[in-house]
Amino acid sequence: MSTKLFVPRDSSALSVGAEAVANAIALEAARRGEAVTIVRNGSRGMMWLEPLVEVETGDGRVGYGPVAPADVPGLFNAGFLSGGAHRLAIGQVEQHPYLAQQDRLCFARMGITDPLSLDDYRAHGGLKGLQRALSASGADAVAMVTASGLRGRGGAAFPTGIKWKTVLDTAADQKYIVCNADEGDSGTFSDRMTMEGDPFVLIEGMAIAGVVTGATRGFIYNRSEYPHAERALIAAIASAYAAGILGANVLGSGKRFDLEVRRGAGAYICGEETSLLESLEGKRGTVRFKPPVPAVSGLFGKPTVVNNVITFSSITIIFERGADFYRDYGMGRSRGTLPIQLAGNIKRGGLVEKAFGVTLRELLYDYGGGSATGRPIRAVQVGGPLGAYVPASQFDTPLDYEAFATMGAMVGHGGIVVFDDTVDMAHMARYAMEFCAIESCGKCTPCRIGSTRGVETIDKIIAGRERGAQTKLLEDLCETMLHGSLCALGGMTPFPVLSALKHFPEDFGLDRAGIAAAA
Amino acid sequence: MNAGHIEYALYRILAYCNQPSANEFTATARHPAQTIGGRNMSPHQSDLVDRAIADNIALDGAALPILHAIQDRIGHVPAAAVPKIAHALNLSRAEVHGVISFYHHFRTEPRGRHLLQVCRAEACQAMGGERLAKQVTDQLGIEFHHTTPDGAVTLEAVYCLGNCACAPAMLLDGEPHGRLDAATVEALLAEARA
Ligand SMILES: Cc1cc2nc3c(=O)[nH]c(=O)nc-3n(C[C@H](O)[C@H](O)[C@H](O)COP(=O)(O)O)c2cc1C
Ligand code: SF4
Ligand code: FES
Repeated sequence: MSTKLFVPRDSSALSVGAEAVANAIALEAARRGEAVTIVRNGSRGMMWLEPLVEVETGDGRVGYGPVAPADVPGLFNAGFLSGGAHRLAIGQVEQHPYLAQQDRLCFARMGITDPLSLDDYRAHGGLKGLQRALSASGADAVAMVTASGLRGRGGAAFPTGIKWKTVLDTAADQKYIVCNADEGDSGTFSDRMTMEGDPFVLIEGMAIAGVVTGATRGFIYNRSEYPHAERALIAAIASAYAAGILGANVLGSGKRFDLEVRRGAGAYICGEETSLLESLEGKRGTVRFKPPVPAVSGLFGKPTVVNNVITFSSITIIFERGADFYRDYGMGRSRGTLPIQLAGNIKRGGLVEKAFGVTLRELLYDYGGGSATGRPIRAVQVGGPLGAYVPASQFDTPLDYEAFATMGAMVGHGGIVVFDDTVDMAHMARYAMEFCAIESCGKCTPCRIGSTRGVETIDKIIAGRERGAQTKLLEDLCETMLHGSLCALGGMTPFPVLSALKHFPEDFGLDRAGIAAAA
Repeated sequence: MNAGHIEYALYRILAYCNQPSANEFTATARHPAQTIGGRNMSPHQSDLVDRAIADNIALDGAALPILHAIQDRIGHVPAAAVPKIAHALNLSRAEVHGVISFYHHFRTEPRGRHLLQVCRAEACQAMGGERLAKQVTDQLGIEFHHTTPDGAVTLEAVYCLGNCACAPAMLLDGEPHGRLDAATVEALLAEARA
């Protein structure tokens, strides 16, 4: 009998040699005359263990990682095909504490199934949500989204039910569903993992959005930096068409939903929804004035649902398991779960899907195991390049949209970038301004010009030229950007800058009194 | 479901598979006569542009798909392609130029045989990414957004590759590389220059 093995096809796994490991296993098995079937699964999200090889045994799936091609003969010698002991063995994968304590809803299938197998998808609960959506009225289905408490996972945390209700209630000859898969925030990869590792959960979520709101066409705007995700989506969409999940007769309902993938072109601002729509229309990705909101006048001027990849995945789960089931996770007004991404200088980086309410400290130390370098963690940036730097004194804050807003930070798309005590926070503040200057769409002056002035001002502070006056100037500049920018790129770049200044003045050559004197 | 959709979907996949691999335009780049970066295009390039337009013109919002198809097949968007694109989309040349120049991804000069995209965003910085970026510019002897004089490598900066838990990260010819250090970067550069 052939032994079933799993070697991830996820980009992160590939980046550390998964392809070579899969080849080495196939070769060694052939040489030894062992029958093996190698499934290319998604990643479990335990990135420090990649490439993580799993073997299906009588006692469940047993893991070995991180495996290098040179380890392969040794693994065969150790009898890993029947779960044999080896220094890289991690035991039963599902029992690993990193996984066992998560609340995997959106990521329930991740790493378990073959991402491109519809049979696997169905066998693991897939398509039940779409069936349910097809049997409900639009109004009832939207009420279910509202009842779930789901808020957009792309960053702004806007209630999804309200957005969908607007699109449902706006009459039009054509409506669109657009998936924001631009995932530009540094430190985030949950969208990418989903597209590569469980693309059908996204496709199903978008199809649900289509049948519920009466939109017959959908687009996935995937960033150009994700070529593997693009390939996975194209293949999955083709299978979904062939199986009648997409097309003129969605699951035999007589309803139509067409879906295609579009590629971005390396502009961070195209993650902003109106800029994304401009880009999809074939234009420069400049930000539109609101109103009208996209739900009323979006793509090609038609009512459009724009949601993040994880928002759509959550929709699939909500329709599969029910609004109450989903809403029972979480705290306060942050309902459900969030796929959190631990990144940067962290020992056990990866994906942790947890109900809202988990604290930064639990994430950084219980899951993450502290910094990768073994040095103290000095700061983390949560929510991408526009997110505040959070010092160790605030690590007990629970992950909750409101709790983060209260301390001037944001949860955003759930990325946490970890820095040890060698980080120079003045340099990070400078980088925030520089990034804004590189990525500004150019529509408003505070963002376009202010960011460049910001870089110059921070340079002067670092160089020690009129430190007090320049700090005051930087604060004024941030104030102008905060209030005078059309979108959050210009409007929130001050958050990383001011938080760095506030919590780490010594890195700018200032003492706390120096800041006070300048203010 | 109807046959049309399957056909359409298959067509999209085939269109993807038919994209030349890096090696194909490697071959073009080795023969400078065929890679004309300025005002003119070789007949072969002109033909590729026409096909890229024809393959995508029926799409709504066809501009980006057309530009991608051209860059995928030729390696860059030649200036001489702009009038053709403008004509096909019923736009002015200035508008097409405006679109091309807005996006960091599109380039109007020929690229080297290999494309190295180095992540310079925060998570990679937290793991020493900037030291590696310096190593890359030092060893290649060029700045970002430039091509080595021997035409081997074009160096681009990117801001996050979604590989932030295996930082620092880069893409070489679209393939991801992570957990990089001085030695692995050295090997990567050797591969690119070979
Ligand atoms: C500068 C900027 C960049 C953004 N980037 C992204 C992104 O990469 N992905 C995303 O889903 N949302 C991004 N957003 C948020 C979107 O504008 C929008 O809120 C989101 O697509 C709505 O979907 P959701 O409600 O499901 O989150 C960005 C916003 C701004 C201002
Ligand atoms: S804040 Fe910056 S990115 Fe946003 S609209 Fe203004 S110029 Fe464009
Ligand atoms: S920050 Fe470099 S891969 Fe995300």
